[in-house]
Amino acid sequence: MAEKLVEVRNLKKYFKTAKGLLHAVDDVSFHINKGETLGLVGESGCGKSTTGRLLIRLLDATEGEVIYDGKDINQLSKKEMRAMRKEMQIVFQDPYASLNPRLTVSDIISEPLIVNKTYSTKAKREARVRELMDTVGLAPRLANAYPHELDGGRRQRIGIARALALKPKFIVQDEPVSALDVSIQAQILNLMADLQEKFELTYLFISHDLSVVKHVSDRIAVMYLGKIVELADYQTMFNDPLHPYSQALLSAIPLPTLDLKKERILLEGDVPSPINPPKGCRFAGRCRHRTDKCLAEEPELKDMGGDHFVACHYAGEFKLGTV
Amino acid sequence: MTKNKAVEHAISEREVKKRSQWGMVFQRLKRNKMAMAGLVILILLILMAAFAPVITPFSYYYQQLGSRLQGPCSTHWFGTDHLGRDIFTRIVYGARVSLQVGLISIGIATLIGGLLGAIAGYYGGHFDTGVMRFMDILLAVPGILLAISIVAALGPGITNVMIAVGIGATPVEARVIRASVMQVRDQEFVEAAKAVGTSDLRIIFKHILPNAMAQIIVQATLGVAGAILAAAGLSFIGLGIQPPSPEWGAMLSEGRQHLRDHWHVTTFPGIAIMTTIFALNLLGDGLRDALDPKLKN
Repeated sequence: MAEKLVEVRNLKKYFKTAKGLLHAVDDVSFHINKGETLGLVGESGCGKSTTGRLLIRLLDATEGEVIYDGKDINQLSKKEMRAMRKEMQIVFQDPYASLNPRLTVSDIISEPLIVNKTYSTKAKREARVRELMDTVGLAPRLANAYPHELDGGRRQRIGIARALALKPKFIVQDEPVSALDVSIQAQILNLMADLQEKFELTYLFISHDLSVVKHVSDRIAVMYLGKIVELADYQTMFNDPLHPYSQALLSAIPLPTLDLKKERILLEGDVPSPINPPKGCRFAGRCRHRTDKCLAEEPELKDMGGDHFVACHYAGEFKLGTV
Repeated sequence: MTKNKAVEHAISEREVKKRSQWGMVFQRLKRNKMAMAGLVILILLILMAAFAPVITPFSYYYQQLGSRLQGPCSTHWFGTDHLGRDIFTRIVYGARVSLQVGLISIGIATLIGGLLGAIAGYYGGHFDTGVMRFMDILLAVPGILLAISIVAALGPGITNVMIAVGIGATPVEARVIRASVMQVRDQEFVEAAKAVGTSDLRIIFKHILPNAMAQIIVQATLGVAGAILAAAGLSFIGLGIQPPSPEWGAMLSEGRQHLRDHWHVTTFPGIAIMTTIFALNLLGDGLRDALDPKLKN
């Protein structure tokens, strides 16, 4: 069995708001194997990005453990955490907001090297910056450009170079391509796949775009309102989704086939508020198969065999079919 | 082949040569005519203050009671005041006091207010609440009253006036800087800096403050004007600059009673204050734009 790099156990993150406790991430457990890409999908506001930030402790968890390479990062001291940061990095969604507009490209990429005192001399550091720019496909002449002078794809390459600077093993990709043009998306995704192979990286790939996630992930986790509702390898997820929510999501992917009539599940209503969420199954309010049991009892994440986990009382009873 | 490579390398080295940050700011500032006009006026004022004895033959306290309240003429360019002192001379010498008070007191306010505001805005929580409520208390007391109490406690004199005016202006600076820090704090590039292990101090100084600079500079240049006037107010009630030291605001206040019959007594100190503030505002606007690499054309 593959080696686990990151293991999450009963992770919770609650935010205090004026209206009550916001359950952004509510008792989530999963693991990521070394060298794989775990896709994390869900609607906006379901807690995907919060989960990503908890995994590298950009946010402090309310409860639960994030075990990286055998160590619970939530227990680390400030100093230990600083050393740990070299191992885990993040690429952000918006390449416009994630780069300091006052700094040049080389300033941005050298920041991690400066604050961690990775290189003893400026010349060595600059050589490393040039190397990184080359790795992500940025021309050396752009070293002194400012981010606003570059297009979205190049900006995202800067973000990737910054994340790679400290030679991390684990990178959280927080919707890295959703702000980019489709033509550029493919370039960036390919670049990240190449980098993963070259540097043996492990990714958590967060996205709301199922076709992108399908393209890059080894396994996929579907989140709904702070909970993981289904977790499986990508083939199983796309061919045999068992949770009604995953089925609805997958039925919404347009297929480039003319005569195939697919069943389309249209979800009614809206995502309930994560502030003081309903009892029972979180999805019950919008589920077409809902029963009284769903409203009263919260389903556990059940093992359906073959590393396929589903949080539904009736998992396996309803299939997504073609009409 | 090798030669080609060497040439290529040389070219890329040259292109990649670091553009100095401040050099570029000045380059951009130079292109802004209004800002340069402001800078030139300000430099002239400073030179005027520095070389006052060379510029004017009179002394600022010499009274010619025989020629009181004379209008502008060839000897007394701006006329004389109610004690027969040459107004031009007093304005030239007054530049020393007014510029000093204006710039240094706002310097104090921006430094203290900026530091408190930046820390409060960045960390939030109890420290923020504590600092900002204290600033609210200071704001609740009218600025002039606050300055009066501070000067009354410390004693009159130019240094104490600067301290008093500086403290009086601190809460406003702190508020403005806190607000702009809070705006920048939640941006993703700050999170990115945290993710690579940047210390809080470096985040504040390298990432947040440069991006909050625009508001800070505008607020500071506006503050200088207020500080000059506040110092004038203190002088007027006898707690500020002691006579016979010339101070533009004090001259304005003294001339008030002659406003109806002798326009020149108040007009010229007023013009001096206005020119200074105008120049500072022009320069402040220009600096704000020059410091923003996004506005580069």
